[in-house]
Amino acid sequence: MNLATFWFILIAVLWTGYFVLDGFDFGVGILLPFLGRDNTDRRMMINAIGPVWDGNEVWLITAGGATFAAFPLWYASMFSGFYLALLLILAALIIRGVCFEFRGKVDTDRWRRNWDRAIFIGSALPALLWGVAFANIVRGVPLNAAGVYTGNLLTLLNPYGLLGGLVTLSLFTLHGAIFLGLKTTGELRGRARAAAVRVAAVAVPLAAGFLAISQLAHGRPATDVVAALAAVALLGAVAAAFRGREGWAFAGTAVTLALAVATLFGDLWPRVLPSTTRAAYSLTVSNASSSHYTLMVMSWVAVIFTPVVLLYQGWTYWVFRKRLSRSDFPPPAAGPAAPARPAGQGRIVPGQP
Amino acid sequence: MSALDLSRWQFGITTVYHFIFVPLTIGLSIIVAGLQTAWFVKKDPEYLRMTKFFGKLFLINFAVGVVTGIVQEFQFGMNWSAYSRFVGDVFGAPLAMEGLLAFFMESTFLGLWIFGWGRLSPRLHLATIWLAAIGTSLSAYFILAANSWMQHPVGYRISPVTHRAQLTSIVALLTNSTVLAAWPHVMFASFLIAGMVVIAASAWHLARGSDTALFRRAMRLGLTLTLAAGIATAATGDVQARLMDSQQPMKMAAAEALYDTSAPASFSLFTVGSLNGGKELWSVRVPYLLSLIATLNPRGTVRGINNVQRAYVKRYGPGSYKPIIPVTYWSFRLMIGFGLLVTLLALAGLWLTRRRRVPRSQWFYRAAMWGVVLPYLATTTGWIFTEMGRQPWTVFGVLRTSQSVSPGVSAGEIVTSMTVFTLLYAALAAIAGWLMIHHVKSGAPAEPEAPGADELLPVFSY
Repeated sequence: MNLATFWFILIAVLWTGYFVLDGFDFGVGILLPFLGRDNTDRRMMINAIGPVWDGNEVWLITAGGATFAAFPLWYASMFSGFYLALLLILAALIIRGVCFEFRGKVDTDRWRRNWDRAIFIGSALPALLWGVAFANIVRGVPLNAAGVYTGNLLTLLNPYGLLGGLVTLSLFTLHGAIFLGLKTTGELRGRARAAAVRVAAVAVPLAAGFLAISQLAHGRPATDVVAALAAVALLGAVAAAFRGREGWAFAGTAVTLALAVATLFGDLWPRVLPSTTRAAYSLTVSNASSSHYTLMVMSWVAVIFTPVVLLYQGWTYWVFRKRLSRSDFPPPAAGPAAPARPAGQGRIVPGQP
Repeated sequence: MSALDLSRWQFGITTVYHFIFVPLTIGLSIIVAGLQTAWFVKKDPEYLRMTKFFGKLFLINFAVGVVTGIVQEFQFGMNWSAYSRFVGDVFGAPLAMEGLLAFFMESTFLGLWIFGWGRLSPRLHLATIWLAAIGTSLSAYFILAANSWMQHPVGYRISPVTHRAQLTSIVALLTNSTVLAAWPHVMFASFLIAGMVVIAASAWHLARGSDTALFRRAMRLGLTLTLAAGIATAATGDVQARLMDSQQPMKMAAAEALYDTSAPASFSLFTVGSLNGGKELWSVRVPYLLSLIATLNPRGTVRGINNVQRAYVKRYGPGSYKPIIPVTYWSFRLMIGFGLLVTLLALAGLWLTRRRRVPRSQWFYRAAMWGVVLPYLATTTGWIFTEMGRQPWTVFGVLRTSQSVSPGVSAGEIVTSMTVFTLLYAALAAIAGWLMIHHVKSGAPAEPEAPGADELLPVFSY
């Protein structure tokens, strides 16, 4: 295996990390208006992902940086080609990122309702668009001889691309519902479990259909096996969710996402961005990659530091492993935790309500 | 406007905006870590209250810095794909390292710090804020190494096969003399901002006589840090000036609007007249100063714009190699001027608060509150100078800005993105600014009953 292929795999791993981790963040954000009956519910949901969402998003930043460093031509063609789609994703991620921090800072219902709405949109839009983007990468996009994208936003919104979008949207929602079931107690946990089963009814046929179409159009025998395993993992996840085995269900959707990414990257290899204009214009692992020296330097960095990152991020999940319950969130006035504050300044909440 | 101009405006707007939040994140993370360390060592609950007060201010600011940072990484590919193709082999490496080594550390440990109160042991919890702060400073180093390569490219060659830049030494890239000077300069400038924010927040309370003991202590801390940072920023900037003179002589000449090579060269504080090489109507000049800044010798030779232009034409072929002189001239001066004002303000503040004094003059407090814009203006004009002074290059001597823009992205698409970012950023600035001001006004959280009673403090943060 040459270094360029190693980096192709590493980038697939980074995207897997991003989809598995930020995937459930997106799911929780999408479910916020549906499962959060009152502010305490919604705070439970947001705090379930609170300590980890920012670290999860770094997987995207690192995937982007790694693509820039290892495959500059892929990075340049993809990011400039998907211009407006990425703009929408960026706008959504910007809004969503500040929501978590700003939502609790002012103690009025209207303030919180607006941020809740923004969290929903900021989670649903990227969840949809990442699928659209990945389906189009596998399908191929119009690239000219210089590797410049010659389509527009509508080129990406083809049926296969949109199906890919619905798959990530529904899978992330399912993944988020199962995560909530795993992280909460009481009524919210029950509602999350019921939601998981209902979302699964949509996600399973969509994902199975998408994988089948992908394999028929772009597949190869090796990835047929991986796609089949992804389907098995998804069915296993749903079965576990149905029987209330939340840990197994979460592992199941995580494995599904990982195997789905593996299927798509496997279908893609050795290309990184196929050209629908002419096969010869396609960007490949070899013609889009950086020099041997750069790949070597970056490989050492990745080999040494990726395990360290996995270790401390894993530790974070261990520290915050406890399920959240409603009693963790006393109302601001009655809570023993609410700091006393001079009268007349109660509208802004400096301490945590 | 062409796609090139629009892309330049967008990069300018988004980057200047991003760097409003970055330096406060860098400076305040270390200040908060220091305050928490003081509490950990001395067990004085006042330090805990200060940690919480400035910690929350830090988090509001941090959120905006993070989300605007993603745009920075994406827009190299989105708007500058020709640049990305050409330099990715070199420039991508520090960016990827920033993600893997710095961003993961910063965001993961910050999550642990925010939610870890009372859940982690005090010692471990203290470690998380330090690790987050180190991650922040580390990320500054990597991105400045990338930027320094654009100012002064080292450790690369142009591949004879692909005709693109290729990394030949990561060590040379990471120990570029330019980044070794730029990183401390940016770090100290960050403390100039963070110190001034601490001063302004404390001034609001001292002016009203609320929580005087705590905010006097914070005020003194802010003043000391700002004064030290002001002096250190000037000293590191001075080192940078000499590097600039040897690495980018055009930028040095453009900083002073010095058209013809002079020895000795004087430094003009203000010039009225045509800056385009025409007549100088009136100016205030300090003799020998430019020679001293650029060469450490009061009689040293400083090359003029016209002389450098001729040399560049010989070296790089026909064309204009002059940046927009009024922009470089004024941004350079304003950067120094604003930085100097902050430093003087801090010096005056230290004098007024000497020996347990609490100044009564509302003038001082008003100056301290409004003065918070000064260091921001200094860093903004500083970056405008650095980046505009490098024009017409993106990578000095290697790649021109006009050759860097995305060929496949239309002006209409860039107008769309620029509008979205500008409106979104304006809204964010308004909300974040409002939240920060109101957080400052609502004061430091009440003292816990006993030191070490922080188990009672809330665990959940959102």
